[in-house]
Amino acid sequence: MSTPKPTGSIRRRLVIQLAIIAALLSLAFFFTVRFVAEQAATDTQDNILAASATSIADAVYSEGGAVRLELPYSALSMLGTISEDRVFYRVIVDGTTLTGYEDLPISDARNTSRTPLFETMEYRGDNVRTATVSRTLSVGNQSRTVLVVVGQTRLGLAAISTRITTTATAVGVGFFLFATALSAFAAQNALSPLNKLAESVARRGPNDLRPVVATTPTELVPLVSGLNGFMRRLRDALNRSEDLIAEAAHRIRTPLATVRTQAEVIHRQMERPKNRNSVREMIRAVDESSRSAGQLLDHAMVTFRSDQLETQDIDPKELLQEVVDRLSPTAELKDIQIDLQLPENNVSISGDPILLQNAARNILDNAIKYSPGETEIVVRLIPSDPCRIDFIDQGRGFADADIRNLTKRFSRGTNVNDIVGSGLGLTIADDVARAHGGKLVIGTNENEVGACVSLVLPLS
Amino acid sequence: MRFLLVEDNEELAKALGDRFALDGHVVDHAPSLGDAELRTRTVAYDLILLDIMLPDGDGREFLRSHRTNADSTPVIVLTARSEVSDRVGLLDLGADDYITKPFDFSELEARSRAVLRRLGGAANNSKEFCGVVFDSTAGQVTFNGHSEALRNRELRLLEIFFNAPGKIFSKSYLMDRLFSFQDDVSENAIEVYIGRLRRKLQDSPVTIETVRGVGYHMTQKT
Repeated sequence: MSTPKPTGSIRRRLVIQLAIIAALLSLAFFFTVRFVAEQAATDTQDNILAASATSIADAVYSEGGAVRLELPYSALSMLGTISEDRVFYRVIVDGTTLTGYEDLPISDARNTSRTPLFETMEYRGDNVRTATVSRTLSVGNQSRTVLVVVGQTRLGLAAISTRITTTATAVGVGFFLFATALSAFAAQNALSPLNKLAESVARRGPNDLRPVVATTPTELVPLVSGLNGFMRRLRDALNRSEDLIAEAAHRIRTPLATVRTQAEVIHRQMERPKNRNSVREMIRAVDESSRSAGQLLDHAMVTFRSDQLETQDIDPKELLQEVVDRLSPTAELKDIQIDLQLPENNVSISGDPILLQNAARNILDNAIKYSPGETEIVVRLIPSDPCRIDFIDQGRGFADADIRNLTKRFSRGTNVNDIVGSGLGLTIADDVARAHGGKLVIGTNENEVGACVSLVLPLS
Repeated sequence: MRFLLVEDNEELAKALGDRFALDGHVVDHAPSLGDAELRTRTVAYDLILLDIMLPDGDGREFLRSHRTNADSTPVIVLTARSEVSDRVGLLDLGADDYITKPFDFSELEARSRAVLRRLGGAANNSKEFCGVVFDSTAGQVTFNGHSEALRNRELRLLEIFFNAPGKIFSKSYLMDRLFSFQDDVSENAIEVYIGRLRRKLQDSPVTIETVRGVGYHMTQKT
C-alpha cells in the first residue's frame, strides 16, 4: 500500500501561526506596558518637581527692598522620597542667582508663567530632569522676576524603568508561552474530528466500503461527502468488476466443464490407445488451464488481503480439521489416508482465516497430488511458539537444487514430470506465512521419502 | 439414489446425467431456479447439485431459502468461481460442499459420497446380489453375517459390478472409472484391485471372473 508523501502538517501550521500572533501580541504588550509605565513615572517626577519649584517660588518674598527666600524644608524633602537621587535647585532674581547651584542651566525657552516647564539635560555627568517656574515679585515700586529651577537626577526613574522592563518582559514571555501552549491544545482539539475520521476509515477492513455516517463538524462535511461518494463509486466499480469476473469465469468454465465431461464420455467409448491418449491430453490441458486460472485468482486475492491484513484469533485445530475434511474426498480417490494429528491443549494464532485456510489447502492439495496411491499423509500441529503445522507425505519429495526456488512464482520442481500444476501453490503458502510474521519451511520427510512442508506461525 | 441437477447448460447437464446413470443414479434436470423450486417441493431428493449462475437468478438465493425452509437435503454447489472467499461464503450459506468447474467427475462422485456419508446417507443405498449386500455409503460388503470394509477404489470398482451384475466390463472401461486423468497407471493396475476384491469375496457366494480377452464380470460361484 502506498503512503501519501506529507507536505506539511495542518496542526504545525496552526500552532506556528497562532504562536506568531502570540509573539506579536506579547511584543505589543511589552512596549505598551513599558511606555505607559515610564510615562507614568516621568509624570510623577514632573509633578513633584513642579510642586517643589512652585513651593520654593511661593516662599520668595520681599523685605526692605530686597528679595529674600525662606527655603521650605518640604520643598526638597518631597523629592527625596523617590530614591537616592540628587536634587539641585537655583533661584534667580532678574538674572542673578539668589541661592542654589549657580551653574544649573536655565532653559533657553525662559518660562514666564507659573506653569512649570520641564526639561531633561546633562548636568554634572548625570541625566537630570528639571522643572522651571517663574514668578513676578513686587519689590517696592519695581517688579522683579523670580525664576526657580528645581532639578533631580533620573537614577530612580531608570531603576523603575528597568524594573518595569523586567516585569513586562517576564509577563510578555509568560503570555507567549501560555498562548503557544493554548494554541497547541486548540489545534489538537480542532483537528480531533479529522483524526477520528481518519482512524475510523483506517480501521475498516479491505472490503468495508460502507459510507461514513458518524456526526462530523460542518467544515468536514464536504470531505466526508467526497469520501462517501468516492467509496460509493469504488464499491460500484468493484461490484461491476466482480460481476464481470464472475460472468467471464462462468462463460469460460461452464463450456470447459462441458468439453471436459463430453471428452470423458468420448474417451470411454474410444478403443484405440492413440486416440484415447489424445483425448486424455486434451482433458489434462483443460484441467491445467482451469487450475492455473484458479491459482492466479487466489494469488491475487492473497496479495490483496496480505497488504491489508485483518487478523482475528483462530483455532488452528479447527482450521486444519476443515481443510482436511474438504480435501479428504480427493485423497480418497487415490486411497490416500490423511492422518490429522492435533494436540489436546488449546492453540490460538492471530491471522486472517481465509488466507491461512488457503495456504493449508494449497500445501495439502500438493501433497495429495504428488503422493502415490494408498499412502499416508500426516498433517501435524505442533503447539510450540511459534507453532508449526507439518504436512508430511510419501510422494516424490523435492530435489535439493529446487528447494530454494520453489516459492518463486510459476516455479516448479524438476521432478514433477507430467503432473498438472501452476507453480503458484507454494508461492501462495509462502506469501501467507510471511504476511503473518511466519515462514514456510520446505524439506524432506524424516524418513527421507517424500516431502515435509511446514507452516511456521507465531502464536497469538 | 435420486439427484436434482440445477444447471442451465443443457450439454453439461446431459453429460452429467449420463455419467451418474452409469452408477444407477437417477438425475432430474432443472434448468432454472423456478424449475428447481418446483421440483424440490414435490420430490424428495437425496442430493442437490446446484449451479450458481442461472438465467433466472443467483443459486445462492436458492441455497439461502432452501436452508431457511429447514430442508436438510444436502447441496453441492457447482461453481465457476474459484476464489477462496467465494468458497467460504458458499459454505457459510449452507452448502455442504462445492466443486469448481470444470471438474473431474470422479471428484464430484467422491464429494457426493462424502457428503451423503457425513449426513447419514440416503435412505436405501445398498444393493444385493446372491445374498451379498453392498453398501456404498458405509463402504462395506456383507455376506454370511460378515462385513468387509472396502477402500475407496475397491468400493468404486465393486459398485460398477453391483450396478450391473453379470455384465462384462472391459479393462479400459474400468480404468477410466477408477483412475483420474492425472494418474499415470497402466491397464495392469486394474488387476491389482480385482485381485483384492476376489480375496475379500473369497468366502462369499459371488466372485469376479476374468473373461479372457474381453474383461471382467461379477457372477455367482458355481
